[in-house]
Amino acid sequence: MISSIIFIALLIGSSTFFFINAKKIRRNILLGKDISIKDNKGERLKTMMLVALGQKKMFTRPIPAILHLFLYAAFVITQIELIEIVFDGITGHHRAFRASLGGFYTFMVSFIEILSVLAFIGTVAFLARRNLLKVPRLVKSELNGWPKLDANIILIMEITLICFIFMMNGADEVLYSRGQSHAENLGDGSLGLTISSHLGPLIYGGMPNAGLHVIERIGWWGHIMMVFAFLNYLPKSKHLHVLLAFPNVYFSNLKAKGQFTNLFEVTDVVKPNFDPAYQPVLDPNAVIKFGVKDVTDLTWKNLLDAYSCTECGRCTSACPQNITGKALSPRKIMMDTRDRLEEVGKNIDKNGGTFVDDGKSLLGDYIKHEEIWACNTCNACVQECPVNIDPLAIIVGLRQQLVLEQSSAPNELNGMFSNLENNGAPWQFSPADRANWINEN
Amino acid sequence: METLKVPTMQEKIANGETPDILFWVGCSGSFDDRAKKITKAIVRILNHVGANFAVLGVEESCTGDPAKRSGNEFLFQMQAMQNITILNGYDVKKIVTGCPHCFNTIKNEYPELGGKYEVIHHTELVQQLINEGKLKVQGGEFKGKKIVFHDPCYLGRANDVYEAPRDVISKLDAELVEMKRSKANGLCCGAGGAQMFKEAEKGNKEVNVERAEEALSHNPDIIAVGCPFCNTMMTDGVKHFNKEDKTKVLDVAELIASANDL
Repeated sequence: MISSIIFIALLIGSSTFFFINAKKIRRNILLGKDISIKDNKGERLKTMMLVALGQKKMFTRPIPAILHLFLYAAFVITQIELIEIVFDGITGHHRAFRASLGGFYTFMVSFIEILSVLAFIGTVAFLARRNLLKVPRLVKSELNGWPKLDANIILIMEITLICFIFMMNGADEVLYSRGQSHAENLGDGSLGLTISSHLGPLIYGGMPNAGLHVIERIGWWGHIMMVFAFLNYLPKSKHLHVLLAFPNVYFSNLKAKGQFTNLFEVTDVVKPNFDPAYQPVLDPNAVIKFGVKDVTDLTWKNLLDAYSCTECGRCTSACPQNITGKALSPRKIMMDTRDRLEEVGKNIDKNGGTFVDDGKSLLGDYIKHEEIWACNTCNACVQECPVNIDPLAIIVGLRQQLVLEQSSAPNELNGMFSNLENNGAPWQFSPADRANWINEN
Repeated sequence: METLKVPTMQEKIANGETPDILFWVGCSGSFDDRAKKITKAIVRILNHVGANFAVLGVEESCTGDPAKRSGNEFLFQMQAMQNITILNGYDVKKIVTGCPHCFNTIKNEYPELGGKYEVIHHTELVQQLINEGKLKVQGGEFKGKKIVFHDPCYLGRANDVYEAPRDVISKLDAELVEMKRSKANGLCCGAGGAQMFKEAEKGNKEVNVERAEEALSHNPDIIAVGCPFCNTMMTDGVKHFNKEDKTKVLDVAELIASANDL
């Protein structure tokens, strides 16, 4: 009875807390400029099934893909077992569905056990890749401090969670074989769990019943507390990708990667020069800002991108400029965007719902000019991202701000612009000479 | 070598003719001495198959690609609408470009601004001509040679055209070798995003050196490219390693024109 009350309080508490934080993230994302993405629902759904659910793009790098698949499959399938755990927690039952589900129950829990072992292997391998093998993309400078700690916290939480599962199941197996489990005794002598029916006796076989009950309860409570903790850790962590990967891929760009957005506020001004019949749509007296200075100049999709990034660094490891030692790192662009957005969000919370100018901006305070100007716009980062994040869209927006609002492009580019304006070519050639090649030998 | 026949749109219209296809030469193809050779190779192929084409000549102007990639949207749209006005004035339906950047810009970014055309890259045109039986390709001097193909970002990743250039090269009876970073994983030559027109930021290597090193690790006779900017970057990269005597950097159009003694 007491335990049911504690459980219900924890369930409601952690769900409410998660809901509050999730709402804040939604609010932050919607600080972005509104764009409409309502086209091609079928193709979007298909892309989501392939890329998010099916993890298609992960498999260009098979080893981390398989390790990740272990964790991913365990995470997804374990949700089924959670139904029973929540039911047991609320009602005070123990393995409430076992008697009625029979063989299916044994199959499901055993399957989850096998996946949990695989996930354990995956997690240990991931810890090793980060901390011992030091895979280059996982130890780059933008991960120093919190991002590195965040990654290790997630992995350690996962290992702990898996250990709790095997404490719970292992101790229960031994108790069941002695007829002492709180699960309904079906007279079959074993819960039939593929791993724990062997692992349990091996570890806990010699322990007295009282001790086993304690271990089983520590496992059960530890497991569900980890689940609640994880749920509330997500909004603070890069691990949020487990949820946001799906909408992010759904809303991702379906057009050719080379197609950059044409700014309508520019078209509206330029078009009348070529088409006298064109009637401008925008108010000529309104102040129009070009490009991206701060996160609120980005679209909500750019901001969703930032929250969906799990900092895997595939983008950065494929970036030609990063490979050759330049400051540009597409992953850092996404991390900076999220960090700044979080800062803006906290500012809004602190000031009763309105943003009070803090004298800072994404451009300059987080992302330096040197990073922005290094980009080759080659789309390697966009191609690499397993959840279809588009760092390039942000980089181009920042460039537009620097050129159109701050006139601070590198000198050589300003020279190129004036050549283009005067000669219709990026170099200093006369337009009258453009066809000279025809008669040259 | 036959003299090139390069009619301009203006001449064609004046003669009451309507070209089937407009050859968009591009700034590099018009002004850069190395790239002009690629332009002429494309023209030789067009002349050889008797294509009814024209160029804009002095009426052509930069598509605006370098302005757009570097954030100068005003300049881009001015260039775009100026070009669209001319192209629409000639009622152009189909365009072949000698440069993947022009290809991408006209194909993807002009339609919304009022310029809707069927746009193909010159490697796609050559592929079509071969498939239609209008162009027969034999290995010629390239038979048995080792060729690596470097994907231009704005042809490959930007527009998913990976097979046309490879298909064309495969007709040369040469040994086509793939770099580890190829097709969707291809590494940029370092020119894109208007980097062609500025010094690189502080780092420990030039991108073109990184890419040329990868291509040269296969010890190829030829590094084939499909972009005049990649051509410049890869040529410089090959020179960096003093390999210009062994390894030539050639456009796919040049390979085909030379193989056919055009």
